[in-house]
Amino acid sequence: MHINRRALLGTAAAAAATSLPLVRARAEAPSLKIGVLTDLSGPYKDLAGPQAIQAVYQALEDYGAAAKGLKVEVISADHQNKPDVGAGIARQWYDREGVDIIVEVANSGVALAVAGVAKEKNKVYINSGAATSDLTGANCNGNTIHWAYDTYMLAKSTGGALAKAGGDSWFFITADYAFGHALQRDTTGFIEASGGKVVGSIAYPFPGTTDFSSMLLQAQNSGAKVLGISNAGTDTINTIKQAKEFGITMTLAGLLLFISDVHALGLETAQGIVLTDSFYWDMNDRTRAFSARLQKKFPSGRPTMVDAGVYSSTLHWLKVAGDAGVPFMKGSGTEVVARLKAMPTDDDCFGQGIIRADGRKIHPSYLWKIKKPSESKGPWDYYAPVSFTPADQAFRPLAAGGCPLVKA
Amino acid sequence: MNTTIWGFSRPQVVALLVMIALFVVAPMVVYPVFLMKVLCFALFACAFNLLIGYAGLLSFGHSAYFGMGCYLAAYGAKHWGLSAELCVLLGGSVAAVMGLVFGAIAIRRQGIYFSMITLALAQFTYFICTQMSFTGGEDGIQQVPRPAVLGLLPLDNDMAIYWMVVGVFLLGFFGIFRIIHSPFGQVLKAIRENEQRAISLGYRVEQYKLMAFVLSTFIAGAAGGMKSLVFGIATLSDVTWQASGTIVLTTLLGGLGTIFGPVVGAVIVNTLEFYLAPFGSWVTITQGVIFVACVMVFRRGVIGELGAKLKVAL
Repeated sequence: MHINRRALLGTAAAAAATSLPLVRARAEAPSLKIGVLTDLSGPYKDLAGPQAIQAVYQALEDYGAAAKGLKVEVISADHQNKPDVGAGIARQWYDREGVDIIVEVANSGVALAVAGVAKEKNKVYINSGAATSDLTGANCNGNTIHWAYDTYMLAKSTGGALAKAGGDSWFFITADYAFGHALQRDTTGFIEASGGKVVGSIAYPFPGTTDFSSMLLQAQNSGAKVLGISNAGTDTINTIKQAKEFGITMTLAGLLLFISDVHALGLETAQGIVLTDSFYWDMNDRTRAFSARLQKKFPSGRPTMVDAGVYSSTLHWLKVAGDAGVPFMKGSGTEVVARLKAMPTDDDCFGQGIIRADGRKIHPSYLWKIKKPSESKGPWDYYAPVSFTPADQAFRPLAAGGCPLVKA
Repeated sequence: MNTTIWGFSRPQVVALLVMIALFVVAPMVVYPVFLMKVLCFALFACAFNLLIGYAGLLSFGHSAYFGMGCYLAAYGAKHWGLSAELCVLLGGSVAAVMGLVFGAIAIRRQGIYFSMITLALAQFTYFICTQMSFTGGEDGIQQVPRPAVLGLLPLDNDMAIYWMVVGVFLLGFFGIFRIIHSPFGQVLKAIRENEQRAISLGYRVEQYKLMAFVLSTFIAGAAGGMKSLVFGIATLSDVTWQASGTIVLTTLLGGLGTIFGPVVGAVIVNTLEFYLAPFGSWVTITQGVIFVACVMVFRRGVIGELGAKLKVAL
């Protein structure tokens, strides 16, 4: 075949012309990007971590993002429970990777740091994993939403609801640092408001305490009905294990305990503990359906309330993205968050809910008691319901948080 | 080899120029906030190296000074509205005062006992930080503003603060270099090589050690202060003993007792931490493997081995 120069140039021009619209079409539908910043190596790995990442994919699937023509990418990273590492990643994601929203972020210190970055960069940040109620209190901002739970919800449900349900005299074992004391103080307030009383408490050095025997014996001798375990993570696990070994007969109240911790402890040890969760996989048909779907992606566990929060918040954000379009979602973070707050939420995990002006997601909280091994019918059948706090009372009243956004 | 410029040998001048050139070029390629973190830890490692590399003192609690520098600079910026350079100076000064007290206690013992005392005092500092209200406990001091330099030059732009960090780093780097090459530094090296002989020559060894300790803690505190301004937070993770351990690793990896070693070490350690973050627990595993490989294969560290190959002191 004879090819002259003109023909060659002609084909080249034609090729260039045909490829142009393709390029433009791609530029017209830029993809959204979700960053899952979580603990992939430390103490919160099992309550969030890999399962939370799968929960994001589940939300994409359930929303049908691909079918609706919404291109969404998901990236994830390990914050190593270091606020500076977390803030560094968040900064880089917002600045360079084109991340539009960061979700999860267990660990209060990291969570607060990321909230600062989201505000500075005017992006969106929905936290599910952190406990601190400061995220919607003194440190709230117009770029941050706090989803699954917070310390106020835990203290009110475990303290208040348990005191009403008969656990009216308490003894606290408290980790001697700000978080432990805050948890004890808040819970005490609810116990007393419900007519209960705190007969005593003991603070132990944090971190590094592994032997809780003397404190447990003091607690037992105090005659209180309930032992409040005002600490977190491995300290909680150790306290519970040793309470079992010493045959403590009080009701144990875990103030920050997740189903993954219960699974790690085993029912034999954990039975009888009372705890608060805003989500339990076996709560109703919708939660069971959600858990069954997620289980296909992550067979080894069941979703915690953090995973549920990640799913629920991602789904809500996707719904708004579907309505508002990609350019809006890539624009001002405060406007996107205002739109997220304006729309009521509804999903399989938490049912119907709203997001308040201070960024607090509102839903009921539930008080659970861990089943005896004989009552458990199958794997992960751990919780039996005790009572619940309706959505409008579960969280701190809007005016009491001291959030600057609420003044107006 | 004998010609020197301000005490820098010719290969060192070349290395220095390469380093400065990299500082200029790097932000166009690499994320500036990451570079600033590297520089803060590089300065911290240089300060640590001043003690271990030139005075032979292994302080296993250097994060206490770095972390306190972080807290004080953050507190100054957030609650007192100090300007940027005052925050950094405040961080350094408080760390130096701590260094004076802790150093005075620790230098009474040698070798492993010295290390253990510094570790104990650092843990003591950690405990204070978890308990005191001004540090914010577990949450740390959050959302620290970036004040202007001298109240004039705003630092809100990442590149603006980058140049300030580069400036402070170079100041610290030159400072350490001058210390090492001053008569004072020579005495330090003599103490490192043979403390008994230094005493017999009439040097008051303890005072020299204490001075080196205070200088090192001042620079470590200033590095910490810069870090808290860059990231806008000061938290417990900077006062943990793990942070002290990381800085030992950083210095060993780069090359003990070399000028550029700690800088290279900081680049390697922080790059691993940063780029392995998506792989979760691989960060700590990789750090461990590298540490073992370093101790087994190249004991003098990257720069130490390189210098030995080229037969120059870097």
